[in-house]
Amino acid sequence: MSARDDVLARIRSALGPLPAAPSDVARAYDRAGSLHGEPLLDLLTERLVDYKAMVHRCAPSDVEATVASLVDGRVLVPSSFDLPGATVDAGFSAVELDSFDTVVTACAAACARTGTIVLDGSPDQGRRAISLVPDRHVCVVRADQVVETVPELLARLDPTRPLTFISGPSATSDIELQRVEGVHGPRTLIVVLATP
Amino acid sequence: MVETFLGLPVVAPRGVGALHAASPFPVAAAKALTNDQLRRNLGHATSTIRAKRAAVVGELPDWESLRLAGEAIKASTMASLDSHLLLLEQRVTERGGVVHWARDAAEANQIVTELVAATGADEVVKVKSMATQEIGLNEALEEAGIQAWETDLAELIVQLGHDKPSHILVPAIHRNRTEIRDIFLGSMSGVSPDLTDEPRQLAMAAREYLRRKFLSARVAISGANFAVADTGTLVVLESEGNGRMCLTLPQTLITVMGIEKVVPTFADLEVFLQLLPRSSTGERMNPYTSMWTGVTPGDGPREFHLVLLDNGRTAVLADEVGRPALHCIRCSACLNVCPVYERTGGHAYGSVYPGPIGAILTPMLTGVSENPSLPYASTLCGACYEVCPVRIDIPSILVHLRSRAVAATPPAQSPEAAAMAAASYVMRSPRRFGFASRRYRLLRRLRRLPPPLSGWTRSRDLPVPPPETFRDWWQRTRGTR
Repeated sequence: MSARDDVLARIRSALGPLPAAPSDVARAYDRAGSLHGEPLLDLLTERLVDYKAMVHRCAPSDVEATVASLVDGRVLVPSSFDLPGATVDAGFSAVELDSFDTVVTACAAACARTGTIVLDGSPDQGRRAISLVPDRHVCVVRADQVVETVPELLARLDPTRPLTFISGPSATSDIELQRVEGVHGPRTLIVVLATP
Repeated sequence: MVETFLGLPVVAPRGVGALHAASPFPVAAAKALTNDQLRRNLGHATSTIRAKRAAVVGELPDWESLRLAGEAIKASTMASLDSHLLLLEQRVTERGGVVHWARDAAEANQIVTELVAATGADEVVKVKSMATQEIGLNEALEEAGIQAWETDLAELIVQLGHDKPSHILVPAIHRNRTEIRDIFLGSMSGVSPDLTDEPRQLAMAAREYLRRKFLSARVAISGANFAVADTGTLVVLESEGNGRMCLTLPQTLITVMGIEKVVPTFADLEVFLQLLPRSSTGERMNPYTSMWTGVTPGDGPREFHLVLLDNGRTAVLADEVGRPALHCIRCSACLNVCPVYERTGGHAYGSVYPGPIGAILTPMLTGVSENPSLPYASTLCGACYEVCPVRIDIPSILVHLRSRAVAATPPAQSPEAAAMAAASYVMRSPRRFGFASRRYRLLRRLRRLPPPLSGWTRSRDLPVPPPETFRDWWQRTRGTR
């Protein structure tokens, strides 16, 4: 008997011959938020800042100028992100990526209640490695990408894409359970929030 | 009970992995209690995390509804675990991953070792994973000449200190900053001798040390927090970015996952992504969560292997009372509130799973007869049940396992059985009962029982017998005064 058949047989034997009870999951928790507009963006800003991300708000027409003022050193962008002077990702190796100081990306969605932005590898966000190795990550979030709750956030995502949820810069609580920001991932996270 | 078992439940085997305690809990705990430094470190760390958890849990008015949903999702998943696993296997395979099944630790270690060997790599980077700790994967790889680098800061501290993990979330919780600095100075190559014990400096030293490894690693090994059956999506929550490094940069990714980690749908994650970070690190959300489905061309590893591990989990599933132990999402909130854990630390439990959840999970994975003292490593105060994000009734399962531990001991050797037999003999006859209760009165000066009963009075006061038994009083007064 293969290990697969063996494990499956053990499971079936453990569960017994009775058919499984109908799975009834009561979902009485908040599946949608109540905030819209400014208060929603304020909550996102507050939660991002609380976990040591920096937030800059600007009009959609000022995004390029705002981003340009926040980058530092060699700048990397994904294939369909327009930023004059930046290098477009050409499938660099990890070591090559390490020579960039800043990466600028868009995002797929953001969740205000938890201060989370999600990248899904779309052409304006690029493959996962580029937003990981450079030490400074500038992420542009559009107001219409912001939701309040985690269920609303997941509803906007495509699970078959590679997803990265980011809530503040990298951090650790491994020394005496005190939070220290900045370990292996980008030590600086700057969110540019484009609000009409 | 319907007797249609194909066979007895199969537990995790001895001799491999980190589930079998070397000494009984009371012995190990007594030793740990003499370590003042350990208790100071633990008291400080657990009180910090308790306060953080309470604050972020208090922020959510729908917390109880989330807990109920988490419990219900897990219970319904377990009820048809086989079909969820088959769907997961199908989806992962469709998306370019390869699924392997392992009956136990030895088999999982062999699968992973062969997979790494096939790549030609002689070292791997690892994301913190309880499953690979449980099966002793690092040791198995080392025997095959493959060096495993732990990349989680706390795991690194444990690895460099030739130590054992003592907490599910923060394996080095028993170490304070000064001890960590000393470990780094002693074992981390290339570290500055001026390293102070400031946590930020220590974290930077780890960043520097591991960076070259991340950038050059060809193979990574991870665990999984969740796996979504209907999409084939794997999920890892982390904080430092070491997880992203391992899951993204190497060409080959091998994930070892207990079979109970599967959840039916992607939407189910909306519950667990709220329950886990708040219960675990006391954050609204952990800094990084990675999700991947099979292989994505041009992004991340080109080869993905998923190893589905039993190693006693089906034996837990077979215990209808104990089954909810499989619902555990490894947050460690129960450790942080446990008065026993806070004093003894994690090593005393002798298993990679310490604390209240370990006291129920470990003996069920190995069979109660292998770890018979663990169900007693609790005061049954119930704090663990109160904080558990998926509402595992740990105290009730502890009591259930105590009865299993007693039942597993042959009656001739069981002190409980002997005491009950004696009591039953005495109480069957009024004459014997009257005689015994008068004799008992003579023990008024006795504060401790003689061996073998001395164990009971070592930590308890013997009730003082009344000066006069009820029968004597009745005989004397007939109830008139």
